[in-house]
Amino acid sequence: MLPRRDKCLSALFITGVTCLFSSMAHAAYEYNLTPPASTLTQEIFDLHMLTTIVGTIIMALVTGMIIYALINFRHAKGAVPDQEFHNGWFGRWAWVLVPVIVLSIDLTIASSASSTLSSVESHDKADVTVKVIGSQWKWTYEYMDDDIKIVSNLKKLEPTDPLYLRDVDDPLVLPTGKRVRFLLTSSDVLHNWGIAEIVPKKINIPGYINETWTNITKEGTYRGQCYENCGTGHAFMPAVVRAVSPTEYEQWKVTRKAQQAQAAAEASADKVWAKAELMAKGEAVYTKNCLACHQANGQGLPGVFPALAGSKIANNSAALAEHIAIVVKGKAGTAMAAWGPQLNDLDIAAVVTYERNAWGNTAGELVQPKDIKAAR
Amino acid sequence: MSVATTHDHHHDHHGPPRGWQRWVYSTNHKDIGTMYLFFALFMLFFGGAMAMYIRAELFMPGVQLASPDFYNNMVTDHALVMVFGMVMPAAAGMANWMIPMMIGAPDMALPRLNNLSFWLLPAAAILLMLSIVAPYIFPDGGTPVNTGWTLLPPLSVQNGIGMDFTIFAIHTLGVSSILASINIVTTILNMRAPGMTMMKMPLFVWAWFFTALLLIAVMPVLAGAVTMLLFDRHFGTSFFDAAGGGDPILFQHLFWFFGHPEVYVLLLPSIGVLGLVIPTFARKPLFGYKALVYGMGILAALGMVVWAHHQYTIGMSLVATNYFMIGTILISIPVGLMLMNFIFTMWRGSMTFETPMLFGIAIILMFSFAGVTGVMLAVVPADMQYHDTMFVVAHFHYALIPGAVFGLYAGVFYWLPKWTGHMYNERLGQIFFWWTTISFNLTFFPQHFSGLAGMPRRIVDYSIQYTEFNMISSIGGFLFGLSHLLFLFIIIQTIRGGAKAPAKPWEGSQIGTPGLEWTLPSPPPFHSFTEAPVIK
Ligand code: HEM
Ligand SMILES: [Cu+2]
Repeated sequence: MLPRRDKCLSALFITGVTCLFSSMAHAAYEYNLTPPASTLTQEIFDLHMLTTIVGTIIMALVTGMIIYALINFRHAKGAVPDQEFHNGWFGRWAWVLVPVIVLSIDLTIASSASSTLSSVESHDKADVTVKVIGSQWKWTYEYMDDDIKIVSNLKKLEPTDPLYLRDVDDPLVLPTGKRVRFLLTSSDVLHNWGIAEIVPKKINIPGYINETWTNITKEGTYRGQCYENCGTGHAFMPAVVRAVSPTEYEQWKVTRKAQQAQAAAEASADKVWAKAELMAKGEAVYTKNCLACHQANGQGLPGVFPALAGSKIANNSAALAEHIAIVVKGKAGTAMAAWGPQLNDLDIAAVVTYERNAWGNTAGELVQPKDIKAAR
Repeated sequence: MSVATTHDHHHDHHGPPRGWQRWVYSTNHKDIGTMYLFFALFMLFFGGAMAMYIRAELFMPGVQLASPDFYNNMVTDHALVMVFGMVMPAAAGMANWMIPMMIGAPDMALPRLNNLSFWLLPAAAILLMLSIVAPYIFPDGGTPVNTGWTLLPPLSVQNGIGMDFTIFAIHTLGVSSILASINIVTTILNMRAPGMTMMKMPLFVWAWFFTALLLIAVMPVLAGAVTMLLFDRHFGTSFFDAAGGGDPILFQHLFWFFGHPEVYVLLLPSIGVLGLVIPTFARKPLFGYKALVYGMGILAALGMVVWAHHQYTIGMSLVATNYFMIGTILISIPVGLMLMNFIFTMWRGSMTFETPMLFGIAIILMFSFAGVTGVMLAVVPADMQYHDTMFVVAHFHYALIPGAVFGLYAGVFYWLPKWTGHMYNERLGQIFFWWTTISFNLTFFPQHFSGLAGMPRRIVDYSIQYTEFNMISSIGGFLFGLSHLLFLFIIIQTIRGGAKAPAKPWEGSQIGTPGLEWTLPSPPPFHSFTEAPVIK
């Protein structure tokens, strides 16, 4: 029979360990790196587990030694300090021994890391190439081999929704089992397109192009976000990838291209649009692209983003050309982006019309796509 | 009045000048040290208040307290205040107080310069505070400084006028640090008492010697980088603008060429304190004194050449990345050596557990842990997953709070009797230790998990999957913040009275390579050594 105290202790221990494991079982990955869903991230995940385990063992050793010392070398226990300890053989050789042990652990880790690093940096031929452009505060995806462009904006949800800050209106669609290359860049400040399940991160730098890649192994939706501080909207830049089978991917491409062609035809026609049409379209464009900074009520954020309601540009008939120019070309040195390359003539015409007629603005002009074409 | 009579006058009274002039015009290393320490204490509460705001905002998902830009401004200034306003001045205060006394010098080598390097600090603090309010008080003030303490362009070029104040604050802080460092190096090299060879110096003096050299080497680089930033902002240059032929990544290289050695600037003085505290309370000389001195030198040197491990995701060549990875992993060698030396100093010793020793033991454990996560981060492909997540925040707080801040606390408790002539209340000291240590772990341990699960750093709002970890973190953070009121109380209580401290308050403080401070009464006289002590 065990003594009573030991029984209590072992019961406690067993309960504790069971609790730990049961809680880990159903939420395993909330404590760890997200489960990998590509060949490359799987390799990285294994590397991560290697260093974690080595680290845990080292911590156990250090903690063990300290606890042993605390128990045995106490003044209260009458321990007598060994004033010559550092002069013994151990004292004379420890400064070599310990570094050699640490070095060998280091080299084990470094060699395994180095080979994974070569996989990350391999530049094999890709099946699909996507250019990922970060801008304040959304992602734009351009398929380099197909004429497809996706603009991914935060989908506004309540803070109680499971997908709060994790969902976008238009995700990137990719095929599984293909090598996908990402070219990363930015149109304004540094951003960092990160989805841990499928890619190792590289930052998006304005004026430069970085590269990373994936080969997704499982269909599904993968969520990440911006990891480089990019200012006001940094917390509101989710990145979502929908991975589908190659056949579904091909079908999706066909439908998508048809939709885009239709929208483009509509925008470039020299059609003259009525006010109601322009206002409705303008509000949609505004909500998607401008609202994050200039706010729903057009008041902006004082000192940070200028108000459009009653502004010297948007509410002044003499300043129409200036208004169009700032939307098309942006304003250097501020968060105001150049929308010319991102929106078509119709969208810009509509949003400028909307801004001049909403929130009590009385400038009143209707701007047509052909005006924008002329201003570009 | 001739110089000679002034001199005599001083000697007659052996007392400090009276009134405000004693402080404002001070050239006395102890008075300047005291001012540094009080300045640091003030900044601890200032930076701490910002941390409390950050944790309150992150308590739940949703933006509750202020705008995202204000939040980012607080994250930026919390770091700048804690690093430049708290840790560095506190360490410099200890250097001022202790180095001359330890090496048997009458004062610092350049006392008037010493006065200047202190008074630049309050000026910089005022500039920093202005940078926070500037966007709100100037019409068209632009955005607050929302970049994080790394001030990365192009975002920092977009910021409003607050960024200019931040840049000037950094210039001022930099000048102060460089002047103080020159003074310390000169003092150590020239003012040692006869017989005090370099290899007889207490470890704290060595630690500051390397710290000062590092600062002299890297501070000018930061100053240059922010000056270039200033030019990009106002004078039409494009150092960091690709459109004008510049490179945004250049700033990162310059910043981290300063920033990585800076981490050792924060760490080394505290390691120096540990090198005195652990032997004292283990009653046994430091194990491997020489190895530690060389280890610190190697650490400082290696620290200068691995800066780009903060930038693994910028897209470097494979060769460069491999170099920075291996270099960084190798840092674990001097760090491991250091920790080993401390553990084997305790081995076969005879330990008692006064407050400084408790902090010492906790530092060894928690700093080892920071080293372990550091090696994980050094591994490039894995870091491409960890980078800019809360995992990094957890890592550097485990490095900085035990490695730098707790080391300073250990120093404060170790030397309070010497500084004030009174013993502090040991019971309260121990309560403070347990309170901070437990709440510190409660605050930062969960951040490893939320970081691995993917929560980015520097975000004002997060998705609900991270709620639990952030709530625990916030509760821990508030408790950690609160514990510092006890710290303040203990210090005030000790200054105002308490048991009279003997010249050697700690039984073991004369073992190994002790400094000469223990040969002086507590508190030491206004002019520490009027005659040079001789060491046999
Ligand atoms: C009550 C104590 C503290 C709390 C609750 C706290 C909390 C935080 C938080 C929440 C962040 C922002 C994380 C993010 O980037 O999203 C942060 C950043 C930081 N803290 Fe602390 N902190 C404390 C004490 C300290 C101390 C004492 C130091 C310095 C020795 C320090 C140095 C830093 C640094 C360098 C950063 C990085 C800021 C950046 O990169 O923008 N902290 N802290
Ligand atoms: Cu971003």
